[in-house]
Amino acid sequence: MDAIFLQVLNGLDKGGAYALIALGLTLVFGTLGVVNFAHGALFMLGAFCAVSVQSILTISQKVRDESITFFEAYKEIPYLEIWWGETGSIIIDYAVPISIVVAIPVMLLIGLAMERGLIRHFYKRTHAEQILVTFGLAIVVQEIIKANFGANPIPVPAPDIVSGSANIGTWLGMSDTIVYPWWRLIYFVFSLTVIAAVFAFLQLTTFGMVVRAGMRNREMVGLLGIDIQRKFTIVFGLGAVVAGVAGAMYTPMLPPDYHMGMDFLVLSFVVVVVGGMGSLGGAVAAGFLLGLLQSFAAMNEIKSLIPGIDQIIIYLVAVIIILVRPRGLFGREGVMED
Amino acid sequence: MSKIITSKWSRRGVLKAGAVTGAAISAPMFFTRNAFAAEFLNDPGSAANVTFGFNVPQTGAYADEGGDELRAYQLAVKHINGEGDGGMMNTMKPISLSGSGVLGKKVTYVTGDTQTKSDAARASAKRMIEKDGVTMVTGGSSSGVAIAVQSLCQEAGVIFMAGLTHSNDTTGKDKRRNGFRHFFNAYMSGAALGPVLEKNYGNERNAYHLTADYTWGWTQEASMIASTENIGWKTAATVKTPVGAGDFSQFITPVLNSGADTLILNHYGKDMINSLTQAVQFGLRDKQVNGKDFTIVVPLYSRLMAQGAGDNVKGIFGSTNWHWSLPDAGSQAFVKSFGAEYGFPPSQAAHTCYVQALLYADACERAGTFMPSEVIKQLEGYKFDGMGNGPTEYRAEDHQCFKDVLVVKGKENPSSQFDVLEVVEVTPRAQVEYKPDHEMFAGGDLGPANNGV
Repeated sequence: MDAIFLQVLNGLDKGGAYALIALGLTLVFGTLGVVNFAHGALFMLGAFCAVSVQSILTISQKVRDESITFFEAYKEIPYLEIWWGETGSIIIDYAVPISIVVAIPVMLLIGLAMERGLIRHFYKRTHAEQILVTFGLAIVVQEIIKANFGANPIPVPAPDIVSGSANIGTWLGMSDTIVYPWWRLIYFVFSLTVIAAVFAFLQLTTFGMVVRAGMRNREMVGLLGIDIQRKFTIVFGLGAVVAGVAGAMYTPMLPPDYHMGMDFLVLSFVVVVVGGMGSLGGAVAAGFLLGLLQSFAAMNEIKSLIPGIDQIIIYLVAVIIILVRPRGLFGREGVMED
Repeated sequence: MSKIITSKWSRRGVLKAGAVTGAAISAPMFFTRNAFAAEFLNDPGSAANVTFGFNVPQTGAYADEGGDELRAYQLAVKHINGEGDGGMMNTMKPISLSGSGVLGKKVTYVTGDTQTKSDAARASAKRMIEKDGVTMVTGGSSSGVAIAVQSLCQEAGVIFMAGLTHSNDTTGKDKRRNGFRHFFNAYMSGAALGPVLEKNYGNERNAYHLTADYTWGWTQEASMIASTENIGWKTAATVKTPVGAGDFSQFITPVLNSGADTLILNHYGKDMINSLTQAVQFGLRDKQVNGKDFTIVVPLYSRLMAQGAGDNVKGIFGSTNWHWSLPDAGSQAFVKSFGAEYGFPPSQAAHTCYVQALLYADACERAGTFMPSEVIKQLEGYKFDGMGNGPTEYRAEDHQCFKDVLVVKGKENPSSQFDVLEVVEVTPRAQVEYKPDHEMFAGGDLGPANNGV
């Protein structure tokens, strides 16, 4: 029972990440009709916002390291610590939360620039051409990151106060062996909050209503005198922000490197296909579903029955969905079915 | 009627031929040094330079090690060519190199990115052999890559001096005549760690293995199981994880309720950093199971990994091929030279690659040629010292170096950013040595040397 509860927690925390990434991807497809293979790069750029913030906060003075006698070695002391002592250390410790605030405007600007500068020229092209150009863009972005930050993963720790694990078992009156890392719990709550905010924005605001109407029938909205294209551009920026903050928040769990976008791109496409291309609810549901399935498939009892199932489970589900219900679990009728 | 038998050989002709043959046989080696010309692949002939191929991971899970390997190779080339302070060339015994290149030729090099992938590594090595004309390929930080490139070099007919490869298979079932490994192996790690684990954790432990799913992980796991079961430990479960998995949480959560009180992480590089960090985040080191403090063991350590994992390594045991804090003259000479060049101490990956480059160059100098079959003869059974590991031997039967092994522990109170591991025991060679036909190494055959023509 304890093992199952732990796998549920693990599945929910994974699912939160999958849902967040897939949400922006399906939002862009649903509004602009663009298959954006550069979406993983946006996730990676968000993560590198956190790396950049950490780098800026830890700009250091080099001081000779007297403990090394074989050669002249230097240790680095951040200026923030030199100037402000303990306060400086606390600011550095909170690099990831600070980076979330920084990532929102940065990713919005990157998203808008990407849409205005490149993507809009491909609205009327085929999906194959859109895939080629956005995939090419993703490669360019990741090579720029590699050139500037190197090829190795860069650790970005969570604030010290949440770097340990929470004793959930004791809270719930269950076994005290049930513990779970604080930051993963925070990520789960964060993903639910962002998903709720996006849905609230689309459901409860006039802007959101127009966007939803445009997703249904863009010509009709245009005939009503609304510049739907302009609104869709903002939606692209919103998708970039969602991917970016998801990436920035992910850094304490997985030190980012230039390739992480590609790793998540494949996963997020599987989530979108399973949920239904263009379906926001589908992306969220499929994200959590696949996260849970992947987590349970990693249990030793399951793997002893079907060896290797943890590595293929989400792709297996995607194949079954494409064969049985090509429009996905929550996809609109006709999408991907012609 | 009698028949007069005549011969085309005159007495004078026989005397002339005999004199020439005798002179040829008794001629000193310097007359015959170039006799090997054009008898082997990528013979540099009368060219002023000879080219080495440094094939290292510059991207992928082991890119940290690859970067350090390349730095070490560049330093080795400098020293072989007589630049810099000479590093270990001042301490290596015996040595034939004089700091003027190899056989009078200046050493140049080409580099490649293995990407920590066997196919990419083979493609890179192939380019080096076919286009750049290298006489030797070296480097790598993955046993999967090492075995693939070693096999390619054997087929092509050049020497392969393995970099960081720790699988038993590299000099076991996949050994090749043209390939040599200076680095220690998984069996040696298990043999060195067993007594230390017994001394520190007793005989009643239940170990859970998370293992990188490729040749190194498999042999590391088998070696650790043999070693820990030999001291009375039980094995709770063995779980394979994909290389570069990134998020290991789904593999770590089952450990929490498995009844295991020890987690053995058969991971390396980025994978080890991630799995250890996440295991600590999941509170494993704060747990008590079976009345004992939960403990983690990392059989193969490196200073680079330990730095990446930060405070999480404190108190965790592992083994390593070499450590920069060793006090012997060879280690100090190398650390001083490397530190002056790059501003930080070398890793074990850098050390083994530097030593391999020097050993190959010295073997060529002794052989008087770059011809693989002659270089192999020089390296097989070669005994040397002054390279940081004490007296060392390249065993002729399997091309594995035998030397002392270091058992290390994450340091509780590091004095600098590099001072993250402390050596707790130098395990003598005799304790980690095994017979060439040991079951963990059986099934392979060195085969004949290949000169590529």
